[in-house]
Amino acid sequence: MSRVNEYHPSLLRGLWALTVRELKKWLNDPIMLLMLVIQPLIWMGLLGKSMNLGAMFSASNLGNIEVPEKIPIPGNYVIPPANGVIYVSGTMVSQIIQQTVSDIGANVMRNVFGVTDYFSYMSIGMISMIVMTTTMFSGMSIVWDRRLGFLDKVLSTPVPRGAIIFSKVLNATLRAMLQATIILTLATVLGLQLSPSFTLINIFGVYAAIFLLSVGLSSVFLAFSLRSTKLERPMQFISLITMPLMFASNTLLPITLMPDWLQAVAYVNPLSYLTDALRQLTILTLDVSKLITDFMYLGFFATVLSSIGIVLSWRYLSK
Amino acid sequence: MSEEVIVARGLTKVFNKNLVAVDHVSFSVKHGEIFGFLGPNGAGKTTTINMLITVLRPTEGTASILGYDVVKQANEVRKVIGVVPQEYTADEDLTGYENIILCADLYGIPREVSKKRAVELLELVELTSFKDKKVETYSGGMRRRLELASGLINRPRVLFLDEPTLGLDVQTRAATWNYIKRLKEEYDMTIFMTTHYLEEADTLCDRIAIIDYGKIIVTGDPEELKHSLGGDIITISIKEDVDISSIIRSVENVKEVRNENGSYRIKVESGEETAPLIIEALRRNGYTVTRLSLTEPTLNEVYLEYTGRSMRDTEESKEAFRSQRITIRRARAR
Repeated sequence: MSRVNEYHPSLLRGLWALTVRELKKWLNDPIMLLMLVIQPLIWMGLLGKSMNLGAMFSASNLGNIEVPEKIPIPGNYVIPPANGVIYVSGTMVSQIIQQTVSDIGANVMRNVFGVTDYFSYMSIGMISMIVMTTTMFSGMSIVWDRRLGFLDKVLSTPVPRGAIIFSKVLNATLRAMLQATIILTLATVLGLQLSPSFTLINIFGVYAAIFLLSVGLSSVFLAFSLRSTKLERPMQFISLITMPLMFASNTLLPITLMPDWLQAVAYVNPLSYLTDALRQLTILTLDVSKLITDFMYLGFFATVLSSIGIVLSWRYLSK
Repeated sequence: MSEEVIVARGLTKVFNKNLVAVDHVSFSVKHGEIFGFLGPNGAGKTTTINMLITVLRPTEGTASILGYDVVKQANEVRKVIGVVPQEYTADEDLTGYENIILCADLYGIPREVSKKRAVELLELVELTSFKDKKVETYSGGMRRRLELASGLINRPRVLFLDEPTLGLDVQTRAATWNYIKRLKEEYDMTIFMTTHYLEEADTLCDRIAIIDYGKIIVTGDPEELKHSLGGDIITISIKEDVDISSIIRSVENVKEVRNENGSYRIKVESGEETAPLIIEALRRNGYTVTRLSLTEPTLNEVYLEYTGRSMRDTEESKEAFRSQRITIRRARAR
C-alpha cells in the first residue's frame, strides 16, 4: 500500500486555513454582524450627536442679550450731529455680537479639536476604541480553543506553531479593519466631514495604523489568555483597562485640555497615536510631520508588544 | 512484520513540580496492533497520549513513533500520526466537510487530494448526507465519527484514540468499535487507544496495559490477563449423589474443586477445553452430567486483582466530569 506522507505543512497555508476558520465563524453569525453596526451607531449617534459642542456658540444659546433699540455713541465728534448724539441700530449690534461669538466658537473648536464639529472628531475616536476592544477580545478566543481541545488537536498536526499564533493576530487585525471600514462609512452617512486633503489613498494609511495597533495588542492578549488559568481573567482585565485607556487619550477629548499628569499618561497611550493618525488621514488637514511621529510610535509599540506576546505564546505552545 | 511502532521508555510527566501524572511508564506497541491503556479517570492515560502525540513534553524518559523521537523529531512524528481526541474538537460553526478540509490544510495536503479524500472519509463514516450541515446540529455519535474521519485525513500510520466512545450510548459505542476495526483494516494502521470501558478494551484491543496512579501495573493481551487470574470457573451437577471430587481433580488443567451442596465449583485453566474433558471423565466412570455452566473471568476481575478496587467505582466521577464538559460547551455555544 502506497503511503504519501511527505506533505509539506507550510506556515502560510496553515495560517490562512486557521484565519479563514475564525473569520467564517465570525461572519456566519448574523447577530454578531448586526452588533458590529449597532454598537458604533449607538456611540456615534447618541454621544457624538448629543455632545454638539460647536452648537454651544450658536445664536440661540446666547440668550436674550438686552440691546436697546438705539445705542448712543458717546464722544467728541469732529462734526457734531444735529441733535448732538449718533445712534447705531441695536439689532445690528446684536447681530454683530452673535456673529462674533459664533466665529469665536468656530475658532475655539478649530483650535481645540482641529475641526468645527465634534461629531467628526468623536467618530474617528470611535474607530480607535472599537479597534482596541475588538483586538483584545479576539486574542481571547484561544481560551476556548484550549478548553475545547481544538488547540491540542491542532498542536498534534505538523502545522508550524507560528501559524497558530499569527492566525489569531491576523484574525484580530482583519476584524478591526472591517469594523473601521463600517464605522467610517456609517459616520460619513451621518455627516462626518472629511477634510479636503482626504483621498482614497489615505484609507491605506488608516489600515496601516490600525494594523500596527492590532498586531501589538492582540499578541499581548493572546499570550495573556494562553497563560491565564481562569477563563474570566482576560475578560476582567479587558473591562478594567478599556475605559482608562479611552479616557486617558485623545479619543473623546483633546489632550491639551487635560491636567499635566493626565497628559503624561495620554502621551504614552498608543491609542492617542492611533487616533491622531486616523484624524490626520481623514478629517484634519494632513500634517505630515505629526503623521510620521504617530506611525513611528505605533511601529515601536507594535514591535515591542508583538515580540513579547509572540515569544511568550511560542514558549507556551512548545512547553 | 512485527516492527515496534511505538516505544516508550521511562516516560514521566510531572505537573507543577509535584503532581506526578505519569510515572516511568515503559511499553512498546507492534505494527498492526491495537494497544489499549485501561485505567480510571486521572490515571494518566490522556497525559501519556499527549506526550506521544507531541502536545506535551515529557519531564523524563523518551518515546518514539516509527523511530522518530517525540521531542527531537516532533514534526516527523506529527506527519505520521492521526489523533482522535477525547473531546469533540470539531468546530461547531463549520460544516463537517469544512472541518475535515481545515485539518487537511494543517497537514499541508494539496486541495485536489484532500477534497477527494474528505468525501471518501465522510462516506466511510456514513456522514455524507450531513457533510454540509454545521457540526452544531450533529449528535454525539456523528461528532465522534467526524473526529475519526478528520483524524484519518493524513492517512496516518499510527492512530491515537483517546476514549473513543466516551459519552456514547451502548449502541453507538458498538457501532464506533466497528468503524475503528474497519478503518484499521482499510488503512493498515497501528492503533494506540485509551479507555475506561472494560468491554471496549476486551473486544477491541490486542494487548492492554492497566494503568493506575500513573504507573503501568500489568501488560498483556486481555485473554492472557484473564487466564493469569487462575482461569475459568466451571460449575457442574450430576444425577448421582456421590462425591466425584477426586475424579474431577484427576482431569488435566483442573486447579481447584469445591463441593457446594452437590454442585461442584471447579477452577480450571482454560474452561472451554477442560469442560469436555471433565464430562468425558465423568461419563467413563458412569456418571451423568445434568447441569454445567462456564464463567470466564472478565477484565473487571483482572482490574480488581491488580488495583485492589473495582473499575466500576471510578465510573461515577467520570460521569460528573462529562457533565461538566457539556456545561462548558453549552456556555460557549450560547
